[in-house]
Amino acid sequence: MQIKTFLGAMASTAALATGAYAQSEIQWWHAHSGRLGELVDEIANGFNDSQSDFVVVPSHKGNYSETLNAGIAAFRAGEQPHLLQVFEVGTATMMAAQGATKPVYTLMAESGADWDPDAYIGAVKGYYTTTDGQMLSMPFNSSTPVLWVNRDAFTAAGLDPDMDLSTWQQVGEALDGLKAGGSTCPLTTAWQSWIHLENLSAYHNVPFATQENGFAGLDTELALNGPVQVAHIEAMGQWAKDGKFIYNGRRNEGGANFRAGECALFTESSAGYAGIKSEAAFDFEVRPLPYWDGIDGAPQNTIIGGASLWVMEGHDAAEYEGVAQFLTYLSSPEVQAKWHQDTGYLPVTVAAGDLTREQGFYDANPGTDIAVIQMTANQPTANSKGLRLGGFDQIRGIIDEELEAVWVGDKDAQTALDSAVARGNQLLRRFQQANQ
Amino acid sequence: MEKRVTFKGWLLPVLLLLPQIVVTAVFFFYPAGQAVWQSLFIPDPFGLKSQFVGLGNFQYLLNDPYYRASFVTTAVFSGLVTVVSMGMALYLALLADRLIKGSGTYRTLLIWPYAVAPAVAGVLWLFMFNTRVGVVSWYLGLLGYDWNHVLNDAEAMGLVVAASSWGRVSYNFLFFLAGLQAIPRSVIEAAAIDGAHFWTRFRTIVFPLLSPTTFFLLVVNIVYAFFETFGVIHTITSGGPQQATTILVYKVYKDGFVGQDLGGSAAQSVILLVVVGILTVIQFKFIERRVHY
Repeated sequence: MQIKTFLGAMASTAALATGAYAQSEIQWWHAHSGRLGELVDEIANGFNDSQSDFVVVPSHKGNYSETLNAGIAAFRAGEQPHLLQVFEVGTATMMAAQGATKPVYTLMAESGADWDPDAYIGAVKGYYTTTDGQMLSMPFNSSTPVLWVNRDAFTAAGLDPDMDLSTWQQVGEALDGLKAGGSTCPLTTAWQSWIHLENLSAYHNVPFATQENGFAGLDTELALNGPVQVAHIEAMGQWAKDGKFIYNGRRNEGGANFRAGECALFTESSAGYAGIKSEAAFDFEVRPLPYWDGIDGAPQNTIIGGASLWVMEGHDAAEYEGVAQFLTYLSSPEVQAKWHQDTGYLPVTVAAGDLTREQGFYDANPGTDIAVIQMTANQPTANSKGLRLGGFDQIRGIIDEELEAVWVGDKDAQTALDSAVARGNQLLRRFQQANQ
Repeated sequence: MEKRVTFKGWLLPVLLLLPQIVVTAVFFFYPAGQAVWQSLFIPDPFGLKSQFVGLGNFQYLLNDPYYRASFVTTAVFSGLVTVVSMGMALYLALLADRLIKGSGTYRTLLIWPYAVAPAVAGVLWLFMFNTRVGVVSWYLGLLGYDWNHVLNDAEAMGLVVAASSWGRVSYNFLFFLAGLQAIPRSVIEAAAIDGAHFWTRFRTIVFPLLSPTTFFLLVVNIVYAFFETFGVIHTITSGGPQQATTILVYKVYKDGFVGQDLGGSAAQSVILLVVVGILTVIQFKFIERRVHY
């Protein structure tokens, strides 16, 4: 009797509690720290203030790999968040996890939200959409590689900083001039695999992997040892040997050297903008990523890096309603335009880009629209809509290793890329076996 | 005649051992058993499905030339770390042992690095040797030496060995110093009176009497180099350039947490467990025989 009374009291308290705190929490795990983390919090606060039914709670879970692992571990323990930010190379892993994720198109259809997948920029949408046109995750932060130019370094080496750098041939001539003019670091790069192989392939409309870069099936194989890629890596290897291309590390270590004014040219994500703007004590400029003149179909379009938000399975329908509302809010032109202007990430919707232009941001910050133009110049092809390869984070590690062998002169470009393909294919087969 | 204390029943001894058994079971047998079990499967990362492959993961690993190369890298790395950290520590302990004034200060200062976590130590060394902005590499540049551990595999190995050994010197130093101070002065003085010089005394008296300490440190340091150096490798080289500093434990991490290949990663843990087990057995079987307690 006593127990029953007690339980009854508990139940009524719980009912009261839910009455008083009707807001249900939506957990959002992300990988942004520092300034970007604050901006993520701002977005969540903006949404929380805009309505009273749901509270979005963002939590920083480490870098991209760590956030993905946290999400996986949480799912295995039944404690998964509603929204998990996953970097673009984890897309295949998430896609294969049917039953762990709830595709965005299903979520939006169930909630009846007014949502148009065609509002998103093609190259962004394509990365997260199946071959039959269904969007699986919500694009959030996307960037694309561009060429950063230290104009003062050009002048110091006796070159015209306005010289045309559209093609790699022209860049090669500039490197000759910079080297002759005494530059100790004519060219450096960040994210070598992403820029000099993944984007190179898309930009020249050649496959990076078979089966539409992995979009069409798990039985995909790497194809990054084609003539275009080999020629490019060979040229880079020669530049490395001549002291014209300085390798600083696998991630964005080269950024420190560029921002310090040491390097004249730097291939890096468009999202490097905030850092370069705040630190560079020299006259800098953004140029489109160069292409090789004479390759049929170049320049096509570059592909994105960054992350998207995945909705995890296993929550209440009412909470999914809140997730749908939040994602709609997140994609609104105002929120997206602010995010784009604050961070240097691309506007993921066409409307956000238009709004930014109307607000006069591009006129005030010349060059910030180059990445947008470069990505949207052409309709993406099967070779340029993105990559969907299992274990791709680790395949990038293999590519890094093989490229290092080229930069140091241990291997020639063909041997290194052949080896990267053979080793990467092994991982693709492991992934296929785990997910078929 | 040996004196043995025996228990009459079995309940009391089991009860007395129970806490230790429970701790070992929870923190060792259970996870190790899980690793062995998982190594027989290829699961998907989310645990939605899993395929039994028997010894397939082991077969895959042992056929991989890069995995086999990682054994050599690990042997070189842990050998160097053990020799460098123990050698340095013994040298410093011998010096500190002879000090009369201010030995307390020296000892305290020498112990400090032990308080620095491996990952932090890695970052400190990375700052000093950063190819472009590091203090040490800048001075080396002035001397005409172009330090570049980002591309030079020998330099990368040297750097991770130095960073891993640095904090460990303190730990070893403590044990060596204690060991040295436990050696009766009278034995050493007797040898000195007989005309034995420092080096002879060290070789014939001090080192043999120090052997239990040395042996203990050998075992502990090899285990350290195998497992706890992960933070140093992760912060300084991430296993590169190419695979020059990818030691076995780093590969477990890479395959498991970067590649999400949980089956392959579990199989590697099992192999690592067996390797360290064998090494320890060898040490106890063969080296311990030469230890004088």
